[in-house]
Amino acid sequence: MTKTDFRTVYLEELTRVAPDIDPADVGDDDHIQDDLELDSMDVLNLVAALFERLGVNIPESEYEEIATPGLAVAYLARKVGAGD
Amino acid sequence: MEAGKLVEWLVQPGDKVKRGDVVAVVETQKGAIEIEIFEEGVVNRLDAELGEELPIGAPLAIILAEGEDAPEEVKPTPVADPVPDVEDAPVAPKPAPQRAVLPPSDVHAVSPAARVRAHELGVDLSSIRGSGPGGVVVLSDVEGAQPAKESVQKPSPASSPMQEMRNAIAAAMARSKRTIPHVYLTHTIDIQSLIEWLSARNDGRNPAERLLLGAVFVKAAALAATKTGELNGHYLDDGYRPSDAVNPGVAVALRGGGLVAPALMNAPSLTLDETMAGMRDLVTRARAGRLKGSEMTQGTFTVSALGESGPELMTGIIFPPQVALVCLGAPQVRPWVVDGAVVPGTVITISVSADHRVADGRQIARFITAFETFVQTPEDL
Repeated sequence: MTKTDFRTVYLEELTRVAPDIDPADVGDDDHIQDDLELDSMDVLNLVAALFERLGVNIPESEYEEIATPGLAVAYLARKVGAGD
Repeated sequence: MEAGKLVEWLVQPGDKVKRGDVVAVVETQKGAIEIEIFEEGVVNRLDAELGEELPIGAPLAIILAEGEDAPEEVKPTPVADPVPDVEDAPVAPKPAPQRAVLPPSDVHAVSPAARVRAHELGVDLSSIRGSGPGGVVVLSDVEGAQPAKESVQKPSPASSPMQEMRNAIAAAMARSKRTIPHVYLTHTIDIQSLIEWLSARNDGRNPAERLLLGAVFVKAAALAATKTGELNGHYLDDGYRPSDAVNPGVAVALRGGGLVAPALMNAPSLTLDETMAGMRDLVTRARAGRLKGSEMTQGTFTVSALGESGPELMTGIIFPPQVALVCLGAPQVRPWVVDGAVVPGTVITISVSADHRVADGRQIARFITAFETFVQTPEDL
């Protein structure tokens, strides 16, 4: 998967958790809680969706690593690449 | 919530229905809600039409019990009791043919005709003193209030569903502050051991099996409420009615400024995992606008948690006709005294807003002490 693919997957799952967010409006540095107003339940649902989709099991201590699309793309690419 | 628009029928005449079946979907100021049936029987006929704007209490359909004859002529009798009945169905009592009705959510006793007229005139019902039996606001009261319309601030026409929801929140909160003498107690609780317990419990689990701090708080609050009858119930026209059922409303913030607090039914009987699953389901359906009418009306108190980071304290406004709101600030790391030494500790601050007509400091303190014990022994929850 390319970085563009990871970004697409991340935004698809993000907008499934929060259907009222338009993916076209989401910038790479937008924080999902501070800027996009996800609550802790939404974040957990996003983490669960990414696990289902990519097999990446993100521990609680690493939730901050997927807090923006920019951070998430780098993190997911690293984890999938590492066979995690 | 004063009225709703019927947008979908999920049953047809001849269909068998049982308690809990969803029979229709109604759009309200609080978003779309599902109308449940509380009786067993067969749908005889549908009275309300799609797209119709209906006042609270309006009959939607006739349900016949087994062996019951169809009524020859159905008079458009308004449902008499406009207050939420937390135990029983919001339908006319037997032996009359059962009617599916819009669930009432407003304690202000108002006749259906008066509600419709008030809506047409833009009159604020809460500002009117009823002259009907038992203080019920009747049609003439609303029409009598009309001259004041120019000076009364008329709610601006709703521009969007979110604006409608804001108007509903504004009306409920203004009424709460106007009519409920709030009393507040706050307390800071050491949750270091809870944080460590939760972290150990979630470690290595798949995301779908993890617990959030909020689920622990809701379960602990529900159990504490069973020990303090003065905080769990409804204050109605005839005074306080404690509730046997404990259904905490879970406040869910919606993007764009909306807020709903659907009830988690019978929360004390749920395990922590079931509590978590129930809250996940409520949040998902709140976001999709598919909450059930009963969830919107049968909350017995409300829990509002600020999340896992952010401000440490909120003192909230009670959601009438409930008599208590429990707010939980986000966890903070603070210098804390443990065994005589100052150490860094993770703490939360709980605030309880209660209706002083019902509860005094003593009962609220008992609730907070019980809550503290529960969150400090999460393995027993």
